[in-house]
Amino acid sequence: MENIIEVKNLTKKYGEFTAVDSISFVVSKGIVFAFLGPNGAGKTTTIRMLTTLLDPTEGKISLAGYDSVKDEDGVRRSFGIVFQDPSLDEELTALENMELHGVLYSVPKKVRKKRIEELLNIVELWDRRNEPTKNFSGGMKRRLEIARGLLHHPKILFLDEPTLGLDPQTRNHIWSYIKNLNKREGITVFFTTHYMDEAERVADEVNVIDHGKIVAAGSPAELKKKTETNSLEEAFLALTGRDIREEAQSTQADMRMHRKMWRH
Amino acid sequence: MSTIYILWLRQLKRYFRSRSRIIGSLGQPLLFLVALGFGFGPIYAKAGGGNYLNFLAPGIIAMSILFTALFSGIEIIWDRQFGFLKETLVAPVPRIQIMLGRTLGGATVATFQGIIVFLISLIAGFRPTTLTLLPLALVFVFLIALLFTALGTAIASMLQDMQGFQLIMNFLVMPIFFLSGALFPLNGLSKILTVVVKANPLAYGVDGLRYCFDGIHSFPLATDLLVLSLVTLALMFIGSYLFSKIEA
Repeated sequence: MENIIEVKNLTKKYGEFTAVDSISFVVSKGIVFAFLGPNGAGKTTTIRMLTTLLDPTEGKISLAGYDSVKDEDGVRRSFGIVFQDPSLDEELTALENMELHGVLYSVPKKVRKKRIEELLNIVELWDRRNEPTKNFSGGMKRRLEIARGLLHHPKILFLDEPTLGLDPQTRNHIWSYIKNLNKREGITVFFTTHYMDEAERVADEVNVIDHGKIVAAGSPAELKKKTETNSLEEAFLALTGRDIREEAQSTQADMRMHRKMWRH
Repeated sequence: MSTIYILWLRQLKRYFRSRSRIIGSLGQPLLFLVALGFGFGPIYAKAGGGNYLNFLAPGIIAMSILFTALFSGIEIIWDRQFGFLKETLVAPVPRIQIMLGRTLGGATVATFQGIIVFLISLIAGFRPTTLTLLPLALVFVFLIALLFTALGTAIASMLQDMQGFQLIMNFLVMPIFFLSGALFPLNGLSKILTVVVKANPLAYGVDGLRYCFDGIHSFPLATDLLVLSLVTLALMFIGSYLFSKIEA
């Protein structure tokens, strides 16, 4: 099978601290790929490098055939992303957020209009398209962000903890929609989550990262077999240990906390 | 082009939707006009300076543009905190277009603000000696707006959060305003103060506006235009360079 993402010896250092330590992996086209790890393991840093938000200290990333450093725009056109933290303009309406995205990705006006209506209907926000997104609940914002990430028909969809803080209903809804999309459109899905049951249910392949290194790779079944456990959660704990991780209190983490406080 | 336009439009929408912000940002210039204009008016007249309000109003217009423009630029920090910045940074468009769209949007908003304060000052009793140079005044208003939005963008590109905000306010914005000749005439100042004022780009904006409205000025008109344009250009370059280096 063709590889849509190829990562080779990827490293990110912040001064003395190595956040991502020479990792290599590939993601085959059309699969649902889970990238798991405890807090501070290097998940988000890796995603930020994959999506051109951060320059790698060392190593090479190829995404949909484009080099992430030499051909940033090629890479940027190939993926859609739902960030861990919200990234909507809260003063703008749902429709305006979609419009803005469509223009940034040069989706032609006619196509844009049609797709926006389609997508907003799918995530059940069409009726509220003219409301500023600051009025939306956490789940609604997430749904809108997913719709937005799909507007330019990306080959790869990155989801960084897409279901964080959502109720089971919304989580189920979002996953069934993403699975469907993956099957129907062949979009490769690359996601992170802390809900192991979720990963076990939807992922075709799992990579576990810890302390900046990939410690295991395979299907959920393979990981369970390898660790002689009954669930992915147990396998995960067997692989990464039971210690609670300290996450560096970056401004990012800080903001995440604020966001959570506001959302509830 | 469409990228620049849509981000320009975004700034405008955000401005016109936050009515409290518009009203709030009009309070300060109004207070300055009334308190200083009427407070110092009699002394200024006694000293032979003429009508202080007429002298002051261009300075207050410049002040409101300075504040609005700089904060429009600094809004990037908010966008970083609220996450929207990332949405624009992963988009397949050159960073310079994103920077231009934002900066032009911010400058347009600050221009509006300047026009509103001009109208308010008319109500307060400001009487320009001539209105024929109004188009030229608009050019000055826009140049001041563009200059300080670009400066705000440059500063915000280097900051991670709002913690440095107070610092900027006290050590940059306030000195720029108070040492621009917005409040006092430049003739007869001490040597040091003259040098400081001459190094302040806002001084040329205030001077230009005063020329347009009252016909009085300290620098030649060409100098005003040239200095403002060159500094704006330089800051646009620096701003877009720093913006292109942002990692999120």
